[in-house]
Amino acid sequence: MEQSTREQGPVLSVEDLRTEIRTERGTVRAVDGVSFTVGRGEMFGIVGESGSGKSVLGRTIMGLYSTGPTMTVTGKAVLDGRDVHALPAAERRKLWGTGVGMVFQDPTTALNPVKKVGRHLTESLRKHGGLSRAAARAKAEELLALVGIPEPRRRLDQYPHELSGGMRQRVVIAMALAGEPSLLIADEPTTALDVTVQKQILDLLARLQSELGTAIILISHNLAVVAGRADRVAVMYAGRMAELAPAGALFAGPRHPYTEALLASVPQLGDPPHTTLQAIDGTPPDIAALPPGCRFAPRCRYARDDCRAELPVLTGAGGHTFACHHPVTTGGA
Amino acid sequence: MSDTLTVSDPKPSPAAPAAPARRSPWPGLAAAVPGLVVFGLSVTVLAGSGWPQIVAVAAGLGASYWGLNALGRARFGASFDLMFWLCVVWLVALVAAAIAAPLLPMSEHQDIVQTLNSPGMAVPDLSTAHPLGTNNFGLDLLGRIVYGARSSLVVSLAAVLIGMIVGGAIGIAAGYFRRATDATVGVLTNALLAVPPLILLIALGTVLEPNLRNISIALSLLALPSMIRMARANTLAFVQREFVLAAQALGASKWRIMLRELAPNVALPLASYGMVMVSVLIVAEASLSFLGLGIQPPAPSWGNMIAEGQDNNAFSEHPHIVLVPGVTLFLTVFAFNLIGEKARKRWDPRQAKL
Repeated sequence: MEQSTREQGPVLSVEDLRTEIRTERGTVRAVDGVSFTVGRGEMFGIVGESGSGKSVLGRTIMGLYSTGPTMTVTGKAVLDGRDVHALPAAERRKLWGTGVGMVFQDPTTALNPVKKVGRHLTESLRKHGGLSRAAARAKAEELLALVGIPEPRRRLDQYPHELSGGMRQRVVIAMALAGEPSLLIADEPTTALDVTVQKQILDLLARLQSELGTAIILISHNLAVVAGRADRVAVMYAGRMAELAPAGALFAGPRHPYTEALLASVPQLGDPPHTTLQAIDGTPPDIAALPPGCRFAPRCRYARDDCRAELPVLTGAGGHTFACHHPVTTGGA
Repeated sequence: MSDTLTVSDPKPSPAAPAAPARRSPWPGLAAAVPGLVVFGLSVTVLAGSGWPQIVAVAAGLGASYWGLNALGRARFGASFDLMFWLCVVWLVALVAAAIAAPLLPMSEHQDIVQTLNSPGMAVPDLSTAHPLGTNNFGLDLLGRIVYGARSSLVVSLAAVLIGMIVGGAIGIAAGYFRRATDATVGVLTNALLAVPPLILLIALGTVLEPNLRNISIALSLLALPSMIRMARANTLAFVQREFVLAAQALGASKWRIMLRELAPNVALPLASYGMVMVSVLIVAEASLSFLGLGIQPPAPSWGNMIAEGQDNNAFSEHPHIVLVPGVTLFLTVFAFNLIGEKARKRWDPRQAKL
């Protein structure tokens, strides 16, 4: 297998990826020059507020976008040694399901209501894996057991509406795993779930990461979701990467003012009662009409003139990079 | 009173006889039995007596409907819907009779030569060999109704099926591909909708030879635009759901997504709408045959049976010539509509939870 030759490098390397969507109000740069790599078996977290381009980034990496006059993608996303965007459509389809899988936000809509759970899983097993009907069914049962669904054999013949939200999300994860991908992109996998179920699903993802060696990109707007589990975390703001660092370093000593403000706005259980919740002033920028300099400058309390004039690029050393002219220095790092 | 109904008492004490959690079947039975008897007499003994018969039919049907409804509620609970079940029974009986027509012991319905000895314009009388009467050639109206049902049902069901499959495919493609496909389909659909349906049918009827296949195809043109719109609208709603993206992310091709993911979801609302559409097309087929452009006499069709009432004051002198096929047509259309409406409510995508 040529698989072995690809085992060496990172599972994913993204270089200067840009996604531009033309709308009536002008061109929206949803993803604007993002570069990063994800190593084999790594849990890579991407956090950012709504509209920061996290989900578009996830889909662009996969090449899951509708090509057309309203959307252009430039840059490279090299997955397992193959540039997703340079592949012909048929090759790319083969890659989906075997090279990379996706877990969606809302498990109530991510499963087809008129298809049984079993068929959700066996369809791609039979198509990509070329398994027989019986073998695919056995494999599907195995997958359901792997994602922690009790009585997997009975579940195969149930319809999605007969399962709870957490169960459905497990099925969605099992679907994504069916082709044994080397990378799993989990786009807000816990947002639509109860808090207790959220923890179960995150624990499941962590277990799959360690047991199967699957690299996972965990996209979330929730810092707490990413905090304990990701190896490295990228903070996105208005389509750009604000800061990228190992999780521990990022949470201990954020360098970008946005990260610092974001961390400060998380309420702490230890806070005395009636503590005023720290919020970031202003609103996220309209990404159809961005400021010329640093995108965070209008809301940044450290902003100076050069911030408003010149766009900062990712700099830094030791794996801790940040895009800021005047990085925060408190807290070490 | 209603607060006493919360718990059902299996043995109502004689002190409180008026608190039945489960209603007594006797009043229903008391109304249904005489009602059916009156109706039975009205179509046999009173046959052809004019107003007394009409009054007796109405009274008999009214009493038996009320009685059976009460009986059904007593037996199956308050949600029992007699009208729905009557419609189901009617359609099942009609379809069964149409399928088994050659096996049924009915008098001649088509060959005039064999009916030279039969009375012409006989009045409906269930006790005779011509339960629904005969026409001016002495042909049996029951036989003509049953054989007419064959052509009516075959033509309208075939037209709806063609409409569902072709229209569904076009609608799904338009809703999934959008852009140029959608625009083209939209223009064609609107063009088809802009032509008055009956004019279109008459135009087609003058060009095409009137046989079952051609009539089905012509009628399917009436079903097509609404089926396309319905399929497209439903596709637009389902395409937004993430399972389509999920299928794509698993490497499904466009065909696979349309066929395996979208089509099963779109089929349900289309099928329930198809039930309603069948009734529209039955009427359309009857109109065509009435105008002489559909099924050609002497082969029976409900439309050309009604048309027989036009000649020689037949309708004013022998109203049953028109009433028998007319009432059959009415009941069938009513039944399809009612069942279709119920199905649509049940499978309406706007009410679907998941």
